[in-house]
Amino acid sequence: MSLDAKIPEGPLAEKWTRHKFNMKLVNPANKRKYDIIVVGTGLAGAAAAASFAELGYNVKNFCYQDSPRRAHSIAAQGGINAAKNYKNDGDSVFRLFYDTIKGGDYRSREANVYRLAEVSNNIIDQCVAQGVPFAREYGGLLDNRSFGGAQVSRTFYARGQTGQQLLLGAYSALSRQIAAGKVKLYPRTEMLDVVLIDGKARGIITRDLITGKIESHSAHAVVLATGGYGNVFFLSTNAMGSNGSAVWRAYKKGAFFANPSFTQIHPTCIPVHGDQQSKLTLMSESLRNDGRVWVPKTVETAEKLRKGELKPVDVPEEDRDYYLERIYPSFGNLVPRDVASRNAKNVCDEGRGVGETGLAVYLDFRDAIERDGRDVIEAKYGNLFQMYEKITAENPYETPMMIYPAIHYTMGGLWVDYNLQTTIPGLFAAGECNFSDHGANRLGASALMQGLADGYFIIPYTISNYLAGVPFEKVPADRPEFKEAEERVKERIGKLLSLKGKHTVDEFHKRLGKIMWDKCGMSRNEKGLTEAKKEIQELREQFWKEVKVLGANEELNQTLEKALRVADFMELGELMVDDALHRRESCGGHFREESQTEEGEAKRDDENFAYVAAWEYQGDDKPAKLHKEELIFENVKLTQRSYK
Amino acid sequence: MEKERNYTLKIWRQPNAQSKGEFKTYEVKNISTGTSFLEMLDILNEELTLKGEDPVYFDHDCREGICGMCSLFINGRPHGPDEEVTVCQMHMRMFEDGSTITIEPWRARAFPVIKDLVVDRSAFDRIIQAGGFISVNTGVTTDANAILISKENADLAMDAAACIGCGACVAACKNASAMLFVSAKVSQLALLPQGQSERKRRALAMVEQMDKEGFGACTNTGACSAECPKGIDLSNIARLNREYFTASVS
Repeated sequence: MSLDAKIPEGPLAEKWTRHKFNMKLVNPANKRKYDIIVVGTGLAGAAAAASFAELGYNVKNFCYQDSPRRAHSIAAQGGINAAKNYKNDGDSVFRLFYDTIKGGDYRSREANVYRLAEVSNNIIDQCVAQGVPFAREYGGLLDNRSFGGAQVSRTFYARGQTGQQLLLGAYSALSRQIAAGKVKLYPRTEMLDVVLIDGKARGIITRDLITGKIESHSAHAVVLATGGYGNVFFLSTNAMGSNGSAVWRAYKKGAFFANPSFTQIHPTCIPVHGDQQSKLTLMSESLRNDGRVWVPKTVETAEKLRKGELKPVDVPEEDRDYYLERIYPSFGNLVPRDVASRNAKNVCDEGRGVGETGLAVYLDFRDAIERDGRDVIEAKYGNLFQMYEKITAENPYETPMMIYPAIHYTMGGLWVDYNLQTTIPGLFAAGECNFSDHGANRLGASALMQGLADGYFIIPYTISNYLAGVPFEKVPADRPEFKEAEERVKERIGKLLSLKGKHTVDEFHKRLGKIMWDKCGMSRNEKGLTEAKKEIQELREQFWKEVKVLGANEELNQTLEKALRVADFMELGELMVDDALHRRESCGGHFREESQTEEGEAKRDDENFAYVAAWEYQGDDKPAKLHKEELIFENVKLTQRSYK
Repeated sequence: MEKERNYTLKIWRQPNAQSKGEFKTYEVKNISTGTSFLEMLDILNEELTLKGEDPVYFDHDCREGICGMCSLFINGRPHGPDEEVTVCQMHMRMFEDGSTITIEPWRARAFPVIKDLVVDRSAFDRIIQAGGFISVNTGVTTDANAILISKENADLAMDAAACIGCGACVAACKNASAMLFVSAKVSQLALLPQGQSERKRRALAMVEQMDKEGFGACTNTGACSAECPKGIDLSNIARLNREYFTASVS
C-alpha cells in the first residue's frame, strides 16, 4: 500500500478553498440517514460531535470519564494561537504557518499546517460567539500575550485556564445537541476495538465501565479524537486515564502509525518527589519570561544543597551557573522547550542537579522581584506561585522554584491524509491523536488551536466528502464481524482476570515508564534503544504471565481498565523505540546522540530523513513495516535552528 | 527534608448502588509528607491488591485540580481541610502523624453512589443540557472583536466560568442544593452580550431541571462558596435569583 496524502493541487494559500469547493456534499435531507461515531470529548471530539450534529448527522459520542467536560484538554493553561494580527505587529496566516513549520523542525506537511493557520481565526470568532470569556483590554477588545517560538503577540487566553474555557465552550455546544437528540452520549464507556466491514471502518466495540457490558456500535464512519499517549512514560502531565488504546487498536486493524517517537518534553514541571508519585504537574512556560534558570557550578555545592546543608539563597553569585544564558546568549532562558529540557538533563547528569533527588534545577525570581517589585511578579504569576506552594510547601517569592522536564504531548499519532482520514477508509483521527500538524516539536499554544481546527472546521467538511460515497444502509451491529470482535475483547479481558499473578498493574506501568524515560526520553542512542526494545519485550511477556487483576468484568473495575491500557502501552512503547531507532537524525523533540554538532546541539539530516515515518502493523510476531511519506517544501526554506 | 507518617483511614465501602454501605478501617504507613492525598490512596490500593482485597474505588483524572473528577468528603469537608484546592492537589503534610482520616463520597440524593466513593453526577450534565449554552452553530463569520465586552464584565464572567463542576457545593450544603453550580453558568452567560437573547429562557430551564434532579433548596448559608475549590462567589446565587425572578415575571 502506498501513502497518498491527497494534498490538493494549486498554490498553498488556495488549496483549502479549492478543496472545499471540490469536495462532495451530502444533501441536507440525507444527512439524517448517516450515523457517525466520535470517540473522545476533548476539544477535537466535542467540537466534531457538536458540528456533525448541527449539520444533521446522527452522532454517538463516547468518553471514559463521567462527563464530557472532564477531557484532558481542560488542563491546558497558556492559550491558543491565531493569526488575527490584532496587535498590528506584522502577524499573518503565512507567518503563523511559517513559525509552526519551523517550530516543528520541518517534519510536518506544508498544506496541513497552512490550513491550520488559515482556520485559526475562525476558531477565535467561534469561541467568542459561544461565550468563552477570553481576556479583554479596558476598551473591550480581546487581549493577546506572546509565547515561545514566536516574535508576535498572537496568543488568546482566559487567565491560566484557556483549555478549560475552550473545552467548556465545546461542551456547551455538545450539550445543546444532546438536548436536541442529535448526539447520544456514552459517558464512562471505553472503546476497546474498531470494527471493519469490507475494509471500511463501520463501528466500534465498547465496555461500559460501570456494568462491564461489552457492546457493539455500528455507524457509517468513525472518528477517533482520543488524545495523546504520553502515559506510556507512566509519569507525565497527562491525566491518569489518558491512554493510547483507541489509536493502538486502530493501528492493529490496519491504520498506519506516524512518527510514534516524536514526543514533547516540557521543561518547566514540578520535579518528582519520590517513588510514591503518580503524575507530574506543569508550571506554565510563561514563567521563563522572568525566572532565571541555574544550578551550582560545582558538584560539591550541589551535594550540600541536596542534603539541605546549604540553602539556595545563600549560594553566592559567583558559584551559580546560569547555564541557558551562558550557552545561548541571544535567547537565554527563552530557548524552545526541547533545548531547555535537554540542557536541564545535561547539568543533572553532570551531578549538578538539586533537590532531594538531584533531578531538578532552579528557576529563580530573585532578580525579577528586585527589578520589578514583588507586586508586579505577583500580578503576573500569583496563581502559579500559589499552586507551586500548595504542592511543594515552598514559597517561590523567597526561595527559587525547582523544576524538571516531563513528558507533556505526543506529536506522533495515527497517520492521516489531508482529509484527516487514516489508511482505513471511514476511520478519521482528529486532534492530538493524529500526527498531522506539529512535526517533530509543537509550539506553545498550538495544541488547542489544532484540536479545535480539526473538530470545528476541517473534519465536518471532509467527512461529508467521504459519506457522500457511502450507501445509506445501516450495518446491523449483530453482524459476524462485530460478534467476532466482541469475542476477542472478552477473551482478552478473561485472560487478564485469570492470570492472578503477583505483580500489580502499576508495578508494570512504572517499569515500562522507567525504560521509556531512560532510553527513549530526552536523549536517545542506538545502544540504549536496542536495550529498551529487548527490555520492553521481556516486560510484556512477564506482564501476560504475572499481572494481578482482581474482581470481575461485570462491575466497576478500575484495575481492569488500567490493565487493558497498560497492555497496549507495552506494545506501543516498542513501536516508539523502533521509530526512534530508525531515525538516525536529531529533530525537534527527538535527540539522537549520534547526530549532534560539535557544540552538542541537535543536527537534522534533511537529505535522509525529510519524511514522515508511517508504520504498518504486520502481526504480533513480525516487525512493523515502514512506509515513507516524503515531505516536500515549496514555500519555506529549510534551515538549521539556532538559538545561540 | 520530607518526613514519613502513619494514618488510620475510615473509608466508606459500598459495593454498588443497591447495597448498604459501611465504614471500614485501614492503616497506611510510611507516607511521605510530599505525597498527595490520592497518591496515599494509590498506595493503600496497591497493598490491598497484593493482599487480594478489593481496592477502594474513587474518581480522579487530571490530578491538577481542573477536571473536577475527584470528589472525596474528608473529615466532614468536601475536598478536605485545605482551602481552595481539590483533593488531588492536597498533600499529606496537611494531616498530622498518627491521625485518623474519615473519607466519604459526596452525599446527595441527586448524586447516587455507584461504588465506594464514586458517585453519579450526570445531573449536572443534564442541567447544562437544559440551557447552559449559547445557541450558535459552527461557522460564525462575525469577527471576534466586533463584540466589545468591558474588562470588568469579562473578568466577572471568567470568575463564574472557573467552576469545574465537581459538586463540592452540593456536598457541602445541608440541603444538597446545586444553586452555586447553576448560578455560575447562568451568571457567566448573563454577563456577556452573546448570552442576552436566551437569558430568560436559560434561567428558567436550568432551574427547572435542577429541581427535577432532586437537588434541595437554597437557604443562603454560604457553605457552598466557602468549600468551593475554585472560590466561586456567593453573589452569583444572588444574580441567579434576580435572573430567575425577572424571567418569571416578564
